[in-house]
Amino acid sequence: MDRNVHDMGGDPAGPIDQGEHARTVFDQRVDAMLRLLAHPQKGYFTVDAMRRSIESLDPQAYHGLAYYERWVRAVRQLAIERGLVSQAALEQRMAAIAARRGARP
Amino acid sequence: MSGAPSPAPLAAGTAVQVRTGAPLTHCRTPQYLRGKRGVVLRALGRYPNPEELAYHRPGMPPLTLYQVEFDAAEVWGERLHEAPYRITADIFEHWLEPAGLPAAAAHDMGASHGRA
Amino acid sequence: MAVHDHGDHVHPDHEGHAVHDAHAPVDDLDHYQPESLLMEQALRELLIEQGVFSAEDIQRQIDLTESRTPALGARIIARAWVDPAFRAALLEDAKPALGGAFELDLANTPELTVLENTEGLHHVVCCTLCSCYPRNILGIPPAWYKSREYRSRVVIEPRSVLKEFGTELPSQREIRVVDSTADMRYLVIPLRPAGTEGWDEERLSALVTRDSMIGVSQALAP
Repeated sequence: MDRNVHDMGGDPAGPIDQGEHARTVFDQRVDAMLRLLAHPQKGYFTVDAMRRSIESLDPQAYHGLAYYERWVRAVRQLAIERGLVSQAALEQRMAAIAARRGARP
Repeated sequence: MSGAPSPAPLAAGTAVQVRTGAPLTHCRTPQYLRGKRGVVLRALGRYPNPEELAYHRPGMPPLTLYQVEFDAAEVWGERLHEAPYRITADIFEHWLEPAGLPAAAAHDMGASHGRA
Repeated sequence: MAVHDHGDHVHPDHEGHAVHDAHAPVDDLDHYQPESLLMEQALRELLIEQGVFSAEDIQRQIDLTESRTPALGARIIARAWVDPAFRAALLEDAKPALGGAFELDLANTPELTVLENTEGLHHVVCCTLCSCYPRNILGIPPAWYKSREYRSRVVIEPRSVLKEFGTELPSQREIRVVDSTADMRYLVIPLRPAGTEGWDEERLSALVTRDSMIGVSQALAP
């Protein structure tokens, strides 16, 4: 293989789904987090770092995940790389949120 | 990919060839254009090297970015199945090298000067 | 705080819910993996707690993003159609021209080039590598622009792709597919439709669709 999964110009592919999809609150928040973290004045990381992280997803994940689901994984990876959060703290918090949600009536 | 940044940008109309290679690390030169010949439309300014920015490096000194135009026939060869058209892409200087004639023209003319 | 969900969601019965609701019901977002939703919330909470950004920063960023819509692009194109000096300035150096005429703060946004469609040349913009798009003018790109199908095909069969969008160009019109592979973003000025002589900007802007500024369509006929 001489290229990564994102580099798809010229690949055979089917008809284009022109359906309009409104953004969900999840999409908006992930988008906003990236914009804030990659803002040139803040400089926690760059859009290129974000792209690099997305491009390193394996093909199954790349094609199986929705656009902003790829993004949130990249934000996670870069936040850890840059020392903004630890993997352990993140996992703990995800478990706590899951428990909170499960406990809701 | 190495090489010092060019002192002056290439002029519009300069024949170039995209380098080959498959770094597999982050880069913004699409695979379908690697090794293809095109013509500089214009220089777009200088930007930090994305191949370094992607790994939290400053990407300095900045590199000149070019909008390069390609003939679809040059890009796709026998895969082309539509009427002729052109493609442009923005390619950093370290991915470009001077080009002779496009393969088809070189074959026809056996000449070595750049195309018009 | 404003509600930022929109009526044309993939779930027809989807109700808008407030962006600041930290407990957005998972079943409203059931086409996502639960892990993705947990990851988003956990990251957001932790980064806010550590002062990397605030909840207000997130909301302001969402508001800013949502304020950039194709309607803004349409006003710009309509101005370019009626005002030759503005059009020339836009084609020469888009960001300063827009900063002046539309009071847009485009500092810290990617460089922008405006391309003019003519009777002889039609531009269609894409990003085969990801989803580069003039977001600061048109907002978030449509899903199809980011799709595997569009990104794969538009560079190898543009006329077929245009046809799928209902666009059939005269055979003598050249096509230039513009792949936004790096730091430059591209916005297309579609050809001004015939029969609009004397129209004012507002009337003209209603003919300028998002897709015509990407180049998969032409401006609407009057």
